[in-house]
Amino acid sequence: MTKTSPLAKLYIALVFIFLYAPMVVMMVFSFNSSESTYIFEGFSLQWYERLFHDKVTMDALKNTIVLAITSAAIATILGTLAAVGLNSMKNKHIKSSVMTVTNIPMMNPEIVTGISMMLLFVFAGAMFSKRDVLGFGTLLVAHVTFQLPYVILSVLPKLKQTDNKIFEAAQDLGCHPLKAFFKVVFPAILPGIISGAIMAFTLSLDDFIISYFTNGPDFQTLPIHIFSMTKKRVKPDMYALSTLIFGAMFVLLILMNVAQSRSDKKQRSKGDK
Amino acid sequence: MKKSSFAQKLMNAPYIIWSVLFIVAPLIMVIYYAFTDSTGAFTLSNIAQIGDYATTFVLSISYGAIATVICLLIAYPFAYFLAQTKASFQSVATMLVMLPMWMSFLIRTYSWITILGESGVINSFLGLFGIEPLQMLNTGGAVILGMVYNFLPYMILPLYTAMSKMDKSLIEAAQDLGCNKFYCLRKVIFPLTIPGIASGVTMVFVPSVSTFYISQKLGGGQITLIGDVIEGQFQTAYNYNLGAALSLVLMVMILICLGVLNYFTDSDDDGGVLI
Repeated sequence: MTKTSPLAKLYIALVFIFLYAPMVVMMVFSFNSSESTYIFEGFSLQWYERLFHDKVTMDALKNTIVLAITSAAIATILGTLAAVGLNSMKNKHIKSSVMTVTNIPMMNPEIVTGISMMLLFVFAGAMFSKRDVLGFGTLLVAHVTFQLPYVILSVLPKLKQTDNKIFEAAQDLGCHPLKAFFKVVFPAILPGIISGAIMAFTLSLDDFIISYFTNGPDFQTLPIHIFSMTKKRVKPDMYALSTLIFGAMFVLLILMNVAQSRSDKKQRSKGDK
Repeated sequence: MKKSSFAQKLMNAPYIIWSVLFIVAPLIMVIYYAFTDSTGAFTLSNIAQIGDYATTFVLSISYGAIATVICLLIAYPFAYFLAQTKASFQSVATMLVMLPMWMSFLIRTYSWITILGESGVINSFLGLFGIEPLQMLNTGGAVILGMVYNFLPYMILPLYTAMSKMDKSLIEAAQDLGCNKFYCLRKVIFPLTIPGIASGVTMVFVPSVSTFYISQKLGGGQITLIGDVIEGQFQTAYNYNLGAALSLVLMVMILICLGVLNYFTDSDDDGGVLI
């Protein structure tokens, strides 16, 4: 049935080689037995071993995960509430201006978002004559802010698909609005909330630019740590770290794909009935 | 009815307060810092200094534009071919396109040094044939390569979405009516994928123009883009006011570029405008 020509297949393969070449190189050199990232001298696991004993890296990893979970949780709750509110908003004028503001962090260059928040924090810090304002709190605020539009934009379409009449029917049948929401609307928009939450979490894990401008000296995330490591000559331990992150992301993506195709199947079988 | 409108306000309030505090207020801060000096007095000297960076702005925008065009040229056929493959392959392939986006872009950029460096992978390979090592790193080409490499998935995904949503019967109809392949591409496929092109171009151009890490690592200090200058003002020179002024100009320039792009892509009655 497939009418893909061999030339087209070759082209697809070439683009994938381009996309994955640096990652293959990185993985190969993470097993290098010497310190070089240029010449492969032999297989060893020493860089992985050193990585697990490197306290700074492990602390940065812990910080990154703590930050990602906290910020994604806040962004998911706030974003879901905002999406529900926005969806039922009747004043079109306010609605469109709120949506415009929502899109700003997605459209603006990350460096501008980063420095604008840094300026706000520094300014606020000066106002309350507090030095060293930058730290976990400012990182958390910055991360929640850039995650919010992604959560809102993944929940909104699901809300538009749900029929508001069911929500009203539940209330007519004597259901408290809050209960009606959790019994009727919430299950319908749950897939959107979950994909928004996962998106928020992964964005936070990988963010460098915005964190770079809003972090403080006593709370370093992994990307910030990697940045300071790549200022010097990189040793294969950084490649080992990235190989591990790659593996984790790969597993996460497969899990998401499986969940997605399962919910698709469920929806399809529902449609058949 | 009244009850739900109160509940609605209650739901909207936290987000509206949050976005005023952390989206609108920071942008006002950028404007405030851009027009004041270190003591907080009003000044236009930061804006006046922008002229010194005109060439940097031009260089950044041209690099960003070149990278965007190359991404479009690579991604367009890729998305087109991909949309024709088996459905199961398509879902695996899109997953593989997305995967690099979630890996630290710092390390992915850095590993190009291992590939392009003087004793890197490519030069070692060429050395087997007795070819002298090529100077690939620390050139403009390497910086553009870094941009294309990093942001290519952002071009592929919207294009692929547009291509896979396309109604295949339209193409068949055009071919039945005697349209040749090229004409069909120009008159049917291209106009239908313009929204995908517009979002892909935006998602590649904005981060390319404002990057600083790629130019620092792959340009090796030889190439200074506007992102490098802004980063320097905040992290080493500590001249927040000049940095804010530069960011403000960068933001306005990007908005103008996107406005121009929207102007061309919104007129969907004739798809030929871009060519």
